Amino acid sequence: MLDQNAFDLRKYISRNPQSVAVWIALIVLIAFGLMRYDNFGSAYNITSFLNYNAMFIAISVGMCFVILTGGIDLSVGSVAAFTSVVAAYLSPYGIEVAMPLAILSGVAFGIFNAICIVYLRIPPFITTLATMLGAKGGSLVISGAQTISVDWGSNFTKLGMEKAFDVVPWTIVLVAILVVALWVVLEMTSIGRTILAVGGGEDASVMMGLKVNRAKIFAYSVSGGCAGLAGVFLASGFGAGQPLEGVGWELSAIASVVVGGTLLTGGLGSIPATVAGALLLGLVFNILNFENGKGWISFSAYWQMVIRGAFLFAVILFQTRVMNRNSVVGHG
Amino acid sequence: MAPLLAMSGIKKHFGGVPALRSASLEIKPGEVHALIGQNGAGKSTLIKILTGLYRRDEGEIEFAEAPSHLTSPREAQETGIATIYQELNLVPLRSVSENVVMGLEPRTLGFLINWPEAHRRTREILSRFGIDIDVTAPLGSYSTAIQQLVAIARAVSMDAKLVIMDEPTSSLDSSEVEILFGVVRELKSSGVSVLYVSHFLDELFQICDRVTIMRDGQTVGCETIEDTSKLDLIAAMLGRNAEEIEAEGLTELASGKQAYEEIVLQVDKVSTGPRLSEFSMTLHRGEIVGLGGLLGAGRTEAARSIFGLDPLTGGNMHLKGAPYAPTEPAEAIKARIGFLTEDRKAEGIIPHMSVRENLTLALLPHLRKSGQIDLEREKSLVEDFISQLGIKTAHMDQPIRELSGGNQQKVLLARWLATKPDILILDEPTRGVDVGAKREIQTIIRNFVDEGHAVILISSEFEELVEGANRIVVMHEGKAVSELTNPGITENALVRALAHHEEPAP
Repeated sequence: MLDQNAFDLRKYISRNPQSVAVWIALIVLIAFGLMRYDNFGSAYNITSFLNYNAMFIAISVGMCFVILTGGIDLSVGSVAAFTSVVAAYLSPYGIEVAMPLAILSGVAFGIFNAICIVYLRIPPFITTLATMLGAKGGSLVISGAQTISVDWGSNFTKLGMEKAFDVVPWTIVLVAILVVALWVVLEMTSIGRTILAVGGGEDASVMMGLKVNRAKIFAYSVSGGCAGLAGVFLASGFGAGQPLEGVGWELSAIASVVVGGTLLTGGLGSIPATVAGALLLGLVFNILNFENGKGWISFSAYWQMVIRGAFLFAVILFQTRVMNRNSVVGHG
Repeated sequence: MAPLLAMSGIKKHFGGVPALRSASLEIKPGEVHALIGQNGAGKSTLIKILTGLYRRDEGEIEFAEAPSHLTSPREAQETGIATIYQELNLVPLRSVSENVVMGLEPRTLGFLINWPEAHRRTREILSRFGIDIDVTAPLGSYSTAIQQLVAIARAVSMDAKLVIMDEPTSSLDSSEVEILFGVVRELKSSGVSVLYVSHFLDELFQICDRVTIMRDGQTVGCETIEDTSKLDLIAAMLGRNAEEIEAEGLTELASGKQAYEEIVLQVDKVSTGPRLSEFSMTLHRGEIVGLGGLLGAGRTEAARSIFGLDPLTGGNMHLKGAPYAPTEPAEAIKARIGFLTEDRKAEGIIPHMSVRENLTLALLPHLRKSGQIDLEREKSLVEDFISQLGIKTAHMDQPIRELSGGNQQKVLLARWLATKPDILILDEPTRGVDVGAKREIQTIIRNFVDEGHAVILISSEFEELVEGANRIVVMHEGKAVSELTNPGITENALVRALAHHEEPAP
C-alpha cells in the first residue's frame, strides 16, 4: 500500500499475501536468467523485452480494474486489434492525433460493455464475449481483412522506434506512466476504493450509497482505453494495423492478473503485482528463447506454450499455499 | 451413565495467540447441552476442534467411549457428530431430497441413484418433524427455517449421535422457533444428544438440560439449567459477580424525556408491495422509535422504503417538513439518513477491506483533497471512532473479517455516525453480538439520540425494544396497527399488542 511517506514493504506483504508468490517467482526467474545467459541483462534485451511486452502490460492492468469489480473483459484482444487498425489509418495525422483517437475508440468499446452490464444487466462474461466477436468483425470490415500499413513519413512510428532522451523507448515510458497512474487511482482515490468495495461486496456498497454504477463504467472504460493503447503499441511496433492480431490476449491478461494474486471474484488485488504477473509470463518466453540460443536444446513454439502453462500452474500452486497459510493464522 | 462426549484440558494456539487455554465439555447421551460465552470466549474454536476442522494442541477427547482424533468434518460425520452451522452449508439450487441424501444416496444396481427411495426417506424424516413440503423443489425456494430443519434432517438421516447447533434460532421467528424446539425434543427422546450454542439465554431455559459456560478460552462452569438463573449465567460469562449486576440494574436506554415536538420524519400510508401496505409513522427529534412485530410483519420493508431501497407504489414521506421520495440509498444518505442492515455479512462489511477502509467508505467524497483521499484526515477520523466506540482491533489496517461480530458491528455503526446522520435506522443492531458489546452498542445509540438525532430501531428481542425505545410502533401484515409509549411499556404489553392483531385462524 502507498503510505504518505514511503513504500512500506512489510505492510504491502501483510495486505497482499497472495501477491508474494509472483514477486518471488519473478525474482527467481530474473536471477536464473542473469546467471545462465550472458546477454540476458543487456540493455538491448531489457528494452526490447519491455517494448514488446508493453501492450500486454497495458491490457493486464486494465483487466485488473475490471476483475477487481468482480467482472471480466473478454473483448480486450479484439479491441486492441481494432484500435491498431484505427491508429494505422490515422497515422498520417501524426501520433498526437492517432494515439488519443485510437485510445478513445477503445474507451468507446469499454463504455458499450459497461452500459450492457450496468443498465441492461447482461452478465459481463456474455457482454464482453459479444463485444469480442463484434470488435473482431469490425476490425476485419474496416481493414478489408488486410494489414494496414502506417504512414512511415509521419511521426507515428517514432513511438515504437525512438527513445525518450535517447535512453528508454517511448512505449516503455508510456506504459510506465499508465501503470503508475492506475496504481494511484486504485489506491489513493475514492473511485479506486469504490471499485475495491464493489468487488468485495456489491450489496453492501449499494447500501452505503457508493456510486457502484459509476465505478463499474469507469473500470470497463479503463480496460477499453488500455486495450486502445495496446492497439497503438501494436501498430507502431509492427508498422501496421493488425486486424487478425489479439487472439487469446484476453486470456493472457486474465492469467497475468490472477498470477498477480488478484481474486477472480474481485475486491482484492494489486496493480504492481499484475504488472509482475505480465512480466513473468513474458519472461518465460524470453528465457526459453535464450535457452534455444544456447543450441543444446530446441523448444518449438508449441513446447514453449506447454512450458509456459506448466510454469503458470506452478506459480498459482505456490500462491495458494501462501494464501492458505496466511488465512488459517488469526482465525478463532 | 457414561458420557457420550468428554473433552478435557483442550488447548489451542493460533500463531502464538491462545484461543483455548483449558477447555472442557461433557455431554451425556440424550442430553440437550448448552454452550455459552461471549464472542471470542472460544466456543467456535472448541466446536471446530470437536468436528475435526482444527486439531487441538493438547487435551483429551473421548467420544462414545473411545479416544477421538478426528482430522476432518467428514470423519466427524462418520463417527456420528453432525453440525448445523449458522451459515447453512447446503446447496440452495438443488432439491430438498438431494440436500438430505447427498453423499449417502440410496442406490440401485450399485451405481444408479434410487430417487423414489431418496424422496421417500426424506419425506419420512421431515414428517417426523411435522413438516410436509415438496421434497423435489429446490431447497432455496423455502424459508430459512425450513432450510435449517432440512439441515437437521440431513444430520438425522446420517444417524448422528450428537447434533451441534450453532445459533439455530437467530433467523427464525417465534413460531418457527417452536417447530425447531419440537425437533430438538424429538431428537432427545430418540437418544440423540444436542449441543446447543445460542446468545438467546431465554431459549436455554426452555430447551436445555445443562449448560457449559466459557470465558477467555476456558471452561468456567457447568450447571444444571434448573439450578441456575439468567443473571447467574450473564455474570459467569462476563466474569462478574451476580449481586453487583443486580445492584447496577439493567441499562435503561429510555431516559424518560418525553418532550418531543419537532417531527423529523413523517411517513404517510406508504406501500412498496405485498409486504408493506399503507404504513404510517412519525419520528421526532431525540427519539428512538421501535418497530415491533413478528417476522414478516414488514419491519425491514418499512426501513427499506425510508432508505430508498424499494420504490414506493403509494403514499408519501416528509423529511423535516419537505417532501421526501428517495429512489436510491445515495439520496437517503444525502438527506442524512443511515441504515445499519440486518445482514452484516452480505450488506454490511466488505470483508477484504481493513477496519479503516470499511469505516470511511460511505464518507469518501468528503475526504477528498485535490482528487485524492486525504489519508491524514482519514486516519485521525478512524482513530477517533476506534477510541470513542471502544472498537477492539489490533490496528486500523487489520482486515475487518478478523474482528469479532460485536466489533464489526461497532465499525459499521461508526461508518454511519461518521456521515453525521440525523436519522439512523438500525435493523437488529445487537443480533449475534455478545452481552458486553451489546450494552456498549446500546449506549452509543442512546448518546446519539441525546445529541438531538433520531433512531428507528428494529429488534426481534422484546427486551431490547421495551427497554430501548421511547415509542413502539407495532406492525402486522405491512401496516402499523398500534403504538405503545414509554415509560410504561412491558414485554407483556407488547406481546398483547402483537397477539391482539393476529388474525384468527380460518
